[in-house]
Amino acid sequence: MRPLVLTACTIISAIGLGAAAHVQALRARSGGLRPNDFEPTAGGWIGRIAGVEAYRLPASLSAFDCRNNRLTDMALHTDGFADAVRAARDVYGAGRMAVVMGTSTSGITAGEEAYRQRDTASGALPAWFEYDLTQDPFSLGRYVRTVLGLRGPAMVVSTACASSARAFIEAAQLIHSGVCDAAVVGGADSLCRMTLHGFAALELISPTPCQPCDAGRSGISIGEAAGFALLERLDAPRRNDATGARLALLGMGAASDAHHMSAPHPEGAGAVRAMQQALRSAGMTPAEVDWVKLHGTGTRANDAMEDLAVFEVFGAAVPCSSIKGWTGHTLGTCGILEAVIAGQCMAEGFLVGCLGVDAVDPDFRADVVVANRERPIRVALSNSFGFGGINCSLVLGHVA
Amino acid sequence: MSTLTARIVGVSVWGPGLEGWPASQPVLAGEVDYAPTVSPAPPPAILSANERRRTGPVARLALTVAGEAAAMSGLPLDRLRSVFGSGNGDGIVVGSILADLTKPGEQERLISPTQFHNSVHNAAAGYWSIATSCRQPVTCLACHDFTWPASLLAAMAEVTVHEEAVLLCVYDHPMPAPLDAKRGLIAPFGLGLVLAPAGQKGGMAEIEVQFAPEPPPDNSAVPYQPALRALAAGNPAAHALRLLETLARGVQDRHALTYLDGRLDVTVMP
Repeated sequence: MRPLVLTACTIISAIGLGAAAHVQALRARSGGLRPNDFEPTAGGWIGRIAGVEAYRLPASLSAFDCRNNRLTDMALHTDGFADAVRAARDVYGAGRMAVVMGTSTSGITAGEEAYRQRDTASGALPAWFEYDLTQDPFSLGRYVRTVLGLRGPAMVVSTACASSARAFIEAAQLIHSGVCDAAVVGGADSLCRMTLHGFAALELISPTPCQPCDAGRSGISIGEAAGFALLERLDAPRRNDATGARLALLGMGAASDAHHMSAPHPEGAGAVRAMQQALRSAGMTPAEVDWVKLHGTGTRANDAMEDLAVFEVFGAAVPCSSIKGWTGHTLGTCGILEAVIAGQCMAEGFLVGCLGVDAVDPDFRADVVVANRERPIRVALSNSFGFGGINCSLVLGHVA
Repeated sequence: MSTLTARIVGVSVWGPGLEGWPASQPVLAGEVDYAPTVSPAPPPAILSANERRRTGPVARLALTVAGEAAAMSGLPLDRLRSVFGSGNGDGIVVGSILADLTKPGEQERLISPTQFHNSVHNAAAGYWSIATSCRQPVTCLACHDFTWPASLLAAMAEVTVHEEAVLLCVYDHPMPAPLDAKRGLIAPFGLGLVLAPAGQKGGMAEIEVQFAPEPPPDNSAVPYQPALRALAAGNPAAHALRLLETLARGVQDRHALTYLDGRLDVTVMP
């Protein structure tokens, strides 16, 4: 594929608000997980963003109010992102800019609260509950498009934990087919009771902070995050006298396991295929990749499968690590969050290792990195997998 | 503005009084009066008994239309890329989880693991890939009342970029109480299309789409038949009825679908 540049990025997660805060935490090896104080009965540890409860949406958009749209608004106003989109809008026109978002549960916390307040006699939901603008998945797309004043097509992708990774693919296809000139891509997923209890029901919540790739790993820690990037063609005119290398999406691949609804294919059939397609789409060989940013959730099954898949594609030559020990598994947002983190690591010239690992699983054959490594990273491959057997891989690099 | 072009090589429909393409084609063509009936989609024979048991009405609706359109295309099922679109997803499952989470008198009630994995928006697409052993890419969109133009546009972009056939499956099912008071759909409805790269021979018609950031200049997207207009207005997937009627009649048509504050212009040429 023709590369696309990410000309502006923003991320918020449990380790900080903004890209610089993430770099600082990653360099200091300071994680963001804490005991589950959001829904204690579900147990485990969580990656919770500070300040969400007190945050307020602009008064004109208060009908959108829910935890997910608060995260969204916080991220849009971090890292100068909304201003960068405004500058691009002046160049392209609002109608030539798409919005492609990924989320698994959107604003379902509003629905959870509404169900708690059902009328005891009739069972009716309270009048304040704005389903369309909160719980409905498209709420996220509408909100971002409204705040940024864009008029191009908007889409919300909901493919479980691969949602925002897959959103990159949709956005790239809209640009490459000429439907739009640029796209705001990303996503938001916020802590909610449904997801916490759902993963607890599947017995996939780790009682300790999650330990991706560890021999003793015992499940995930759920986190929340929001992140966005402005995706443009490689020949996009530079604005504001920007110079230097730019983060770029060089390739992308997607594949289905066709195996099971909630368990990954044991040999990682879909994951292998997604990674190979992403490399093919980037026109690269495995040896040209400097870092595989694992999906690395911390479940027994995911990490074992992913090790097999990475070893099959890359052998033991390419270092790989998971970011979920810092932020928790941010579900539909992990694709954008971890892509932007990978971009930051590339810009800073360090490879971030896994957090919370005592001993790497001795059965793993891929080169799992624990301690951070100072080294240039030219190309990274980022994996995101999800329920329904969906696998997405993105190849990221820097271009002049 | 780019116009995207593809060839329609498979079509399907399921909804009240529209039980599959062969039975519905004369109705959609206006040759037989529309007589809506309660029409739940059948259990999908394409799934193993074990998986079939886990599917509810929403996944069955999606699998029914996906299966019929894919079969009509004659293309190998495991070769089709797919785009699934649904505004509500499985509101029945989500509603039941929300109810379980707030059962009065019970502080802590575990939700069913099967219900949880069925609640994801891509559940139907996951069942489809399992049923067909298809490892091709799949995406799932959720765009409220604009799910039909959004999914059609995404599928057309995918065909254009990859030059491979794409199965487009768009479906929506009414919500259970009490969510139905907040999000009212009048009946289940779904359709499937198989879109092949432009220039291929055969199939039913050529389709072109183009996005424009201005609203439709007219109400050209309403169904030809007045009897179908309530259904078209009452389910986001049924916004496709105008296109289905056009295919059933074998005529040329140009209509504009409302897409947020813009529109998707759709041109069909037999």
